[in-house]
Amino acid sequence: MLILEKLRLLGQFGLQLLMSFGRSGIFLAHLLIRKPRFKKSFPLLIEQLYFIGVLSLVIIVLSGLFIGLVVGLQGYNTLNKFGASQQLGQLVALSVVRELGPVVTALLFAGRAGSALTAEIGLMKSTEQLASMEMMGVDPLWRVISPRFWGGFISMPLLMIIFSAVAVWGGYLVGVVWLGVDGGTFWSAMQSAVNFHDDIVNGVIKSIVFGGVVTWIAVFQGYDTVPTAQGIGRATTRTVVYSSLAVLGLDFVLTAVMMGGW
Amino acid sequence: MRERIIEIWVGFFMLLGILALLVLAFKVSGLSSSIKENGYNITAAFDNVGGLKIRSPVSLAGVHIGEVSTIKLDSMQFKAIVTMKIDQKYKQLPIDTSASILTQGLLGANYISLTPGFAPTFLKNNGIVQDTHPALILEDLIGQLIFSLKNPGGKK
Repeated sequence: MLILEKLRLLGQFGLQLLMSFGRSGIFLAHLLIRKPRFKKSFPLLIEQLYFIGVLSLVIIVLSGLFIGLVVGLQGYNTLNKFGASQQLGQLVALSVVRELGPVVTALLFAGRAGSALTAEIGLMKSTEQLASMEMMGVDPLWRVISPRFWGGFISMPLLMIIFSAVAVWGGYLVGVVWLGVDGGTFWSAMQSAVNFHDDIVNGVIKSIVFGGVVTWIAVFQGYDTVPTAQGIGRATTRTVVYSSLAVLGLDFVLTAVMMGGW
Repeated sequence: MRERIIEIWVGFFMLLGILALLVLAFKVSGLSSSIKENGYNITAAFDNVGGLKIRSPVSLAGVHIGEVSTIKLDSMQFKAIVTMKIDQKYKQLPIDTSASILTQGLLGANYISLTPGFAPTFLKNNGIVQDTHPALILEDLIGQLIFSLKNPGGKK
Protein backbone atom coordinates (compact mmCIF):
# COMPACT_ATOMS: atom_id res chain seq x y z
CA MET A 1 0.00 0.00 0.00
CA LEU A 2 2.79 2.34 0.94
CA ILE A 3 4.56 1.63 -2.32
CA LEU A 4 1.36 2.30 -4.23
CA GLU A 5 1.01 5.64 -2.46
CA LYS A 6 4.60 6.60 -3.39
CA LEU A 7 3.91 5.59 -6.95
CA ARG A 8 0.80 7.78 -6.97
CA LEU A 9 2.83 10.75 -5.70
CA LEU A 10 5.43 10.22 -8.41
CA GLY A 11 2.71 10.03 -11.03
CA GLN A 12 1.11 13.18 -9.68
CA PHE A 13 4.45 14.96 -9.84
CA GLY A 14 5.01 13.84 -13.40
CA LEU A 15 1.56 14.95 -14.49
CA GLN A 16 2.00 18.34 -12.87
CA LEU A 17 5.34 18.78 -14.58
CA LEU A 18 3.84 17.92 -17.94
CA MET A 19 0.90 20.21 -17.30
CA SER A 20 3.11 23.16 -16.48
CA PHE A 21 5.17 22.50 -19.63
CA GLY A 22 1.95 22.36 -21.60
CA ARG A 23 0.60 25.54 -20.04
CA SER A 24 3.81 27.42 -20.73
CA GLY A 25 3.82 26.18 -24.33
CA ILE A 26 0.21 27.31 -24.88
CA PHE A 27 1.08 30.60 -23.17
CA LEU A 28 4.01 31.15 -25.53
CA ALA A 29 1.89 30.26 -28.53
CA HIS A 30 -0.76 32.79 -27.47
CA LEU A 31 1.95 35.35 -26.96
CA LEU A 32 3.54 34.86 -30.37
CA ILE A 33 0.59 34.07 -32.60
CA ARG A 34 -1.56 37.16 -32.63
CA LYS A 35 -2.41 39.93 -34.97
CA PRO A 36 0.33 42.53 -34.52
CA ARG A 37 -0.80 46.03 -33.61
CA PHE A 38 2.43 47.89 -34.16
CA LYS A 39 1.18 51.39 -33.67
CA LYS A 40 -0.35 50.77 -30.26
CA SER A 41 2.26 48.27 -29.03
CA PHE A 42 5.27 50.36 -29.89
CA PRO A 43 5.15 52.86 -26.96
CA LEU A 44 4.63 49.95 -24.56
CA LEU A 45 7.64 48.14 -26.04
CA ILE A 46 9.80 51.26 -25.72
CA GLU A 47 8.91 51.57 -22.06
CA GLN A 48 9.85 47.94 -21.41
CA LEU A 49 13.07 48.28 -23.37
CA TYR A 50 13.93 51.09 -21.01
CA PHE A 51 13.17 49.12 -17.86
CA ILE A 52 14.67 45.84 -19.03
CA GLY A 53 17.51 46.98 -21.28
CA VAL A 54 18.70 50.44 -20.32
CA LEU A 55 18.49 49.90 -16.58
CA SER A 56 20.51 46.66 -16.91
CA LEU A 57 23.25 48.52 -18.73
CA VAL A 58 25.24 49.49 -15.63
CA ILE A 59 25.51 45.99 -14.19
CA ILE A 60 26.30 44.54 -17.63
CA VAL A 61 29.06 47.05 -18.37
CA LEU A 62 30.62 46.67 -14.92
CA SER A 63 30.58 42.88 -14.95
CA GLY A 64 31.87 42.86 -18.53
CA LEU A 65 34.77 45.04 -17.51
CA PHE A 66 35.70 42.88 -14.54
CA ILE A 67 35.31 39.61 -16.45
CA GLY A 68 37.62 41.01 -19.12
CA LEU A 69 40.15 42.12 -16.53
CA VAL A 70 40.15 38.73 -14.80
CA VAL A 71 40.37 36.70 -18.00
CA GLY A 72 43.21 38.93 -19.16
CA LEU A 73 45.12 38.50 -15.92
CA GLN A 74 44.61 34.76 -15.62
CA GLY A 75 45.30 34.22 -19.29
CA TYR A 76 48.48 36.26 -19.18
CA ASN A 77 49.87 34.34 -16.22
CA THR A 78 49.12 30.98 -17.79
CA LEU A 79 50.27 31.87 -21.30
CA ASN A 80 53.41 33.45 -19.94
CA LYS A 81 54.54 30.05 -18.63
CA PHE A 82 54.73 28.86 -22.22
CA GLY A 83 56.18 32.09 -23.52
CA ALA A 84 53.03 32.64 -25.53
CA SER A 85 51.72 35.80 -23.91
CA GLN A 86 51.44 37.25 -27.43
CA GLN A 87 48.34 35.14 -27.91
CA LEU A 88 46.50 36.86 -25.05
CA GLY A 89 44.18 38.79 -27.37
CA GLN A 90 43.04 35.61 -29.01
CA LEU A 91 42.35 33.94 -25.67
CA VAL A 92 40.38 36.86 -24.26
CA ALA A 93 38.35 37.49 -27.41
CA LEU A 94 37.46 33.88 -28.10
CA SER A 95 36.49 33.00 -24.54
CA VAL A 96 34.43 36.16 -24.14
CA VAL A 97 32.65 36.14 -27.48
CA ARG A 98 31.96 32.42 -27.62
CA GLU A 99 31.10 31.55 -24.04
CA LEU A 100 31.38 34.11 -21.30
CA GLY A 101 29.52 36.87 -23.09
CA PRO A 102 26.29 35.02 -23.82
CA VAL A 103 26.25 32.94 -20.63
CA VAL A 104 27.21 35.56 -18.05
CA THR A 105 24.92 38.13 -19.65
CA ALA A 106 22.03 35.67 -19.58
CA LEU A 107 22.66 34.78 -15.92
CA LEU A 108 22.88 38.43 -14.90
CA PHE A 109 19.84 39.21 -16.99
CA ALA A 110 17.86 36.45 -15.27
CA GLY A 111 18.80 37.88 -11.89
CA ARG A 112 18.38 41.53 -12.73
CA ALA A 113 15.46 41.64 -15.17
CA GLY A 114 13.85 38.18 -15.09
CA SER A 115 13.13 38.22 -11.37
CA ALA A 116 11.70 41.75 -11.62
CA LEU A 117 9.41 40.72 -14.47
CA THR A 118 8.10 37.75 -12.52
CA ALA A 119 7.49 39.74 -9.35
CA GLU A 120 5.77 42.54 -11.26
CA ILE A 121 3.43 40.29 -13.22
CA GLY A 122 2.83 38.08 -10.17
CA LEU A 123 1.79 41.07 -8.07
CA MET A 124 -0.47 42.28 -10.88
CA LYS A 125 -2.10 38.88 -10.86
CA SER A 126 -2.50 38.63 -7.10
CA THR A 127 -3.97 42.14 -6.84
CA GLU A 128 -6.32 41.11 -9.66
CA GLN A 129 -5.15 43.81 -12.01
CA LEU A 130 -4.90 41.28 -14.81
CA ALA A 131 -8.44 40.06 -14.15
CA SER A 132 -9.85 43.58 -14.08
CA MET A 133 -8.10 44.39 -17.34
CA GLU A 134 -9.88 41.45 -18.88
CA MET A 135 -13.16 42.73 -17.47
CA MET A 136 -12.54 46.04 -19.24
CA GLY A 137 -11.99 44.22 -22.49
CA VAL A 138 -8.22 44.79 -22.58
CA ASP A 139 -6.24 41.65 -23.28
CA PRO A 140 -3.61 41.47 -20.50
CA LEU A 141 -1.52 39.19 -22.69
CA TRP A 142 -1.24 42.01 -25.20
CA ARG A 143 -1.12 44.93 -22.77
CA VAL A 144 1.19 43.52 -20.09
CA ILE A 145 2.94 40.33 -21.12
CA SER A 146 3.75 40.84 -24.77
CA PRO A 147 5.76 44.10 -24.47
CA ARG A 148 7.75 42.61 -21.60
CA PHE A 149 8.52 39.47 -23.56
CA TRP A 150 9.66 41.31 -26.66
CA GLY A 151 11.53 43.86 -24.58
CA GLY A 152 13.60 41.09 -23.00
CA PHE A 153 14.02 39.27 -26.29
CA ILE A 154 15.43 42.38 -27.99
CA SER A 155 17.49 43.61 -25.04
CA MET A 156 19.45 40.41 -24.44
CA PRO A 157 21.50 40.27 -27.66
CA LEU A 158 22.23 43.99 -27.40
CA LEU A 159 23.39 43.59 -23.82
CA MET A 160 25.55 40.60 -24.78
CA ILE A 161 27.23 42.54 -27.58
CA ILE A 162 27.95 45.46 -25.25
CA PHE A 163 29.23 43.05 -22.60
CA SER A 164 31.62 41.37 -25.05
CA ALA A 165 32.99 44.65 -26.38
CA VAL A 166 33.61 45.96 -22.86
CA ALA A 167 35.19 42.66 -21.78
CA VAL A 168 37.60 42.69 -24.72
CA TRP A 169 38.51 46.22 -23.77
CA GLY A 170 39.09 45.04 -20.17
CA GLY A 171 41.42 42.33 -21.45
CA TYR A 172 43.25 44.98 -23.46
CA LEU A 173 43.61 47.16 -20.35
CA VAL A 174 45.21 44.36 -18.34
CA GLY A 175 47.27 42.84 -21.13
CA VAL A 176 48.56 45.85 -23.00
CA VAL A 177 48.30 48.81 -20.67
CA TRP A 178 49.22 47.10 -17.43
CA LEU A 179 51.28 44.00 -18.23
CA GLY A 180 52.93 45.30 -21.35
CA VAL A 181 51.93 42.86 -24.09
CA ASP A 182 52.56 44.52 -27.43
CA GLY A 183 49.37 46.27 -28.56
CA GLY A 184 49.76 45.51 -32.25
CA THR A 185 50.28 41.80 -31.64
CA PHE A 186 47.37 41.75 -29.21
CA TRP A 187 44.93 42.96 -31.87
CA SER A 188 46.44 41.10 -34.82
CA ALA A 189 46.52 37.76 -32.94
CA MET A 190 42.90 38.40 -32.03
CA GLN A 191 41.85 39.31 -35.55
CA SER A 192 43.55 36.34 -37.14
CA ALA A 193 41.86 33.97 -34.68
CA VAL A 194 38.34 35.40 -34.42
CA ASN A 195 36.08 34.71 -37.36
CA PHE A 196 33.04 36.96 -37.74
CA HIS A 197 30.61 34.24 -38.71
CA ASP A 198 31.87 31.33 -36.62
CA ASP A 199 32.47 33.22 -33.42
CA ILE A 200 30.59 36.49 -33.23
CA VAL A 201 27.43 35.55 -35.12
CA ASN A 202 27.21 32.27 -33.23
CA GLY A 203 27.62 34.12 -29.93
CA VAL A 204 24.81 36.46 -30.90
CA ILE A 205 22.61 33.51 -31.92
CA LYS A 206 23.24 31.97 -28.52
CA SER A 207 22.22 35.12 -26.74
CA ILE A 208 19.06 35.48 -28.85
CA VAL A 209 18.07 31.96 -27.79
CA PHE A 210 18.91 32.71 -24.15
CA GLY A 211 16.97 35.98 -24.31
CA GLY A 212 13.87 34.20 -25.57
CA VAL A 213 14.12 31.41 -23.02
CA VAL A 214 14.86 33.59 -19.99
CA THR A 215 12.08 36.09 -20.67
CA TRP A 216 9.66 33.30 -21.53
CA ILE A 217 10.36 31.61 -18.19
CA ALA A 218 10.11 34.94 -16.35
CA VAL A 219 6.79 36.08 -17.80
CA PHE A 220 5.28 32.61 -17.59
CA GLN A 221 6.26 32.20 -13.94
CA GLY A 222 4.72 35.57 -13.19
CA TYR A 223 1.54 34.79 -15.09
CA ASP A 224 1.23 31.32 -13.60
CA THR A 225 2.01 32.30 -10.02
CA VAL A 226 -0.15 31.31 -7.04
CA PRO A 227 -1.70 34.70 -6.16
CA THR A 228 -0.34 35.02 -2.64
CA ALA A 229 2.70 36.74 -1.15
CA GLN A 230 4.41 33.39 -0.71
CA GLY A 231 3.46 32.39 -4.25
CA ILE A 232 5.13 35.47 -5.72
CA GLY A 233 8.29 34.78 -3.73
CA ARG A 234 8.39 31.18 -4.94
CA ALA A 235 7.73 32.20 -8.52
CA THR A 236 10.59 34.69 -8.43
CA THR A 237 12.97 32.07 -7.05
CA ARG A 238 11.83 29.59 -9.67
CA THR A 239 12.46 32.12 -12.44
CA VAL A 240 16.08 32.59 -11.42
CA VAL A 241 16.72 28.88 -10.82
CA TYR A 242 15.00 27.60 -13.96
CA SER A 243 16.42 30.22 -16.25
CA SER A 244 19.97 29.72 -14.95
CA LEU A 245 19.67 25.97 -15.47
CA ALA A 246 18.09 26.43 -18.87
CA VAL A 247 20.85 28.82 -19.95
CA LEU A 248 23.66 26.53 -18.85
CA GLY A 249 22.04 23.44 -20.35
CA LEU A 250 21.15 25.11 -23.63
CA ASP A 251 24.63 26.57 -23.82
CA PHE A 252 26.08 23.09 -23.93
CA VAL A 253 23.59 21.95 -26.57
CA LEU A 254 24.15 25.03 -28.73
CA THR A 255 27.92 24.78 -28.43
CA ALA A 256 27.81 21.12 -29.40
CA VAL A 257 25.67 21.95 -32.44
CA MET A 258 27.85 24.91 -33.47
CA MET A 259 31.16 23.13 -32.98
CA GLY A 260 29.81 20.11 -34.82
CA GLY A 261 30.00 22.11 -38.02
CA TRP A 262 26.33 22.99 -38.38
CA MET B 1 8.43 64.77 -21.15
CA ARG B 2 9.12 61.57 -19.27
CA GLU B 3 8.09 59.63 -22.36
CA ARG B 4 10.68 61.55 -24.35
CA ILE B 5 13.47 60.85 -21.88
CA ILE B 6 12.68 57.16 -21.94
CA GLU B 7 12.71 57.15 -25.71
CA ILE B 8 16.04 58.95 -25.77
CA TRP B 9 17.54 56.41 -23.39
CA VAL B 10 16.26 53.50 -25.44
CA GLY B 11 17.69 55.11 -28.55
CA PHE B 12 21.01 55.48 -26.77
CA PHE B 13 20.87 51.82 -25.71
CA MET B 14 20.22 50.68 -29.30
CA LEU B 15 23.00 52.88 -30.60
CA LEU B 16 25.41 51.51 -28.00
CA GLY B 17 24.49 47.97 -29.05
CA ILE B 18 25.11 48.72 -32.71
CA LEU B 19 28.40 50.46 -31.95
CA ALA B 20 29.54 47.50 -29.86
CA LEU B 21 28.64 45.15 -32.70
CA LEU B 22 30.74 47.26 -35.05
CA VAL B 23 33.64 47.12 -32.60
CA LEU B 24 33.32 43.34 -32.40
CA ALA B 25 33.06 43.02 -36.17
CA PHE B 26 35.92 45.28 -37.18
CA LYS B 27 38.28 45.51 -34.23
CA VAL B 28 37.93 42.01 -32.76
CA SER B 29 37.20 39.78 -35.74
CA GLY B 30 38.96 42.02 -38.25
CA LEU B 31 36.13 41.71 -40.75
CA SER B 32 37.64 44.44 -42.87
CA SER B 33 41.13 43.57 -43.98
CA SER B 34 43.75 46.06 -42.94
CA ILE B 35 44.95 46.21 -46.53
CA LYS B 36 42.48 48.32 -48.47
CA GLU B 37 40.97 47.49 -51.81
CA ASN B 38 43.77 49.24 -53.65
CA GLY B 39 46.37 46.59 -52.79
CA TYR B 40 47.92 44.38 -55.48
CA ASN B 41 48.29 40.61 -55.63
CA ILE B 42 51.38 38.49 -55.94
CA THR B 43 51.47 34.71 -55.93
CA ALA B 44 54.05 32.18 -54.86
CA ALA B 45 54.19 28.38 -54.99
CA PHE B 46 55.36 26.62 -51.83
CA ASP B 47 56.22 22.95 -51.26
CA ASN B 48 54.58 23.11 -47.84
CA VAL B 49 52.70 25.97 -46.21
CA GLY B 50 52.58 24.41 -42.74
CA GLY B 51 50.03 26.22 -40.59
CA LEU B 52 49.64 29.23 -42.88
CA LYS B 53 46.06 30.50 -43.00
CA ILE B 54 44.07 33.01 -44.97
CA ARG B 55 44.68 36.49 -43.49
CA SER B 56 48.09 35.48 -42.13
CA PRO B 57 50.42 38.46 -42.22
CA VAL B 58 53.02 39.11 -44.92
CA SER B 59 56.00 41.08 -43.73
CA LEU B 60 59.16 42.52 -45.14
CA ALA B 61 62.03 43.25 -42.76
CA GLY B 62 59.54 42.68 -39.94
CA VAL B 63 57.11 45.33 -41.19
CA HIS B 64 53.55 44.21 -41.92
CA ILE B 65 52.95 44.99 -45.59
CA GLY B 66 50.14 42.66 -46.60
CA GLU B 67 48.23 39.48 -45.95
CA VAL B 68 47.49 36.10 -47.45
CA SER B 69 44.27 36.18 -49.45
CA THR B 70 43.94 32.66 -50.88
CA ILE B 71 45.69 29.30 -50.53
CA LYS B 72 45.04 26.71 -53.22
CA LEU B 73 46.56 23.41 -54.21
CA ASP B 74 48.01 23.15 -57.69
CA SER B 75 46.85 19.68 -58.65
CA MET B 76 49.49 19.29 -61.38
CA GLN B 77 52.62 19.99 -59.39
CA PHE B 78 51.14 19.33 -55.92
CA LYS B 79 52.33 22.64 -54.64
CA ALA B 80 50.45 25.18 -52.56
CA ILE B 81 49.68 28.34 -54.51
CA VAL B 82 49.50 31.25 -52.09
CA THR B 83 48.12 34.59 -53.20
CA MET B 84 49.15 37.57 -51.13
CA LYS B 85 47.62 41.01 -51.15
CA ILE B 86 50.27 43.68 -50.70
CA ASP B 87 49.57 47.26 -49.72
CA GLN B 88 49.71 49.72 -52.61
CA LYS B 89 52.31 51.75 -50.70
CA TYR B 90 54.94 49.04 -51.18
CA LYS B 91 54.84 48.86 -54.94
CA GLN B 92 58.53 48.52 -55.63
CA LEU B 93 59.33 44.93 -54.75
CA PRO B 94 62.19 43.67 -56.95
CA ILE B 95 61.28 40.83 -59.28
CA ASP B 96 63.77 38.45 -57.64
CA THR B 97 62.18 38.83 -54.20
CA SER B 98 62.08 35.56 -52.27
CA ALA B 99 59.31 34.41 -49.93
CA SER B 100 59.69 32.14 -46.93
CA ILE B 101 57.23 30.87 -44.37
CA LEU B 102 58.37 31.51 -40.83
CA THR B 103 56.88 31.12 -37.36
CA GLN B 104 56.35 33.88 -34.81
CA GLY B 105 58.26 32.56 -31.84
CA LEU B 106 58.36 28.86 -31.07
CA LEU B 107 54.62 28.32 -30.78
CA GLY B 108 53.29 31.29 -32.73
CA ALA B 109 51.35 31.46 -35.96
CA ASN B 110 52.94 31.16 -39.39
CA TYR B 111 53.56 34.19 -41.56
CA ILE B 112 55.24 34.94 -44.86
CA SER B 113 58.45 36.89 -44.83
CA LEU B 114 59.60 38.50 -48.07
CA THR B 115 63.26 39.17 -48.72
CA PRO B 116 63.89 41.67 -51.49
CA GLY B 117 66.41 40.96 -54.21
CA PHE B 118 68.44 43.38 -56.28
CA ALA B 119 66.80 43.32 -59.70
CA PRO B 120 65.97 46.68 -61.23
CA THR B 121 62.49 45.56 -62.38
CA PHE B 122 59.57 45.31 -60.00
CA LEU B 123 56.82 42.76 -59.35
CA LYS B 124 53.55 43.74 -61.01
CA ASN B 125 49.97 42.93 -60.08
CA ASN B 126 49.50 39.11 -60.21
CA GLY B 127 53.27 38.71 -60.45
CA ILE B 128 54.86 35.46 -59.35
CA VAL B 129 57.54 35.11 -56.72
CA GLN B 130 59.94 32.47 -58.05
CA ASP B 131 62.20 31.84 -55.09
CA THR B 132 60.29 30.29 -52.18
CA HIS B 133 61.25 28.47 -49.01
CA PRO B 134 58.69 26.10 -47.48
CA ALA B 135 57.60 26.19 -43.87
CA LEU B 136 59.89 24.49 -41.39
CA ILE B 137 57.94 21.69 -39.78
CA LEU B 138 59.23 21.17 -36.27
CA GLU B 139 58.48 17.44 -36.27
CA ASP B 140 60.50 16.95 -39.48
CA LEU B 141 63.44 18.82 -38.00
CA ILE B 142 63.36 16.72 -34.85
CA GLY B 143 63.05 13.61 -36.99
CA GLN B 144 66.13 14.57 -38.98
CA LEU B 145 68.04 15.41 -35.83
CA ILE B 146 67.25 12.06 -34.23
CA PHE B 147 68.12 10.29 -37.47
CA SER B 148 71.51 11.98 -37.68
CA LEU B 149 72.19 11.25 -34.02
CA LYS B 150 71.42 7.58 -34.55
CA ASN B 151 73.66 7.33 -37.59
CA PRO B 152 76.80 9.25 -36.78
CA GLY B 153 79.16 9.59 -39.66
CA GLY B 154 76.50 9.97 -42.30
CA LYS B 155 75.89 7.49 -45.11
CA LYS B 156 77.36 4.07 -44.99
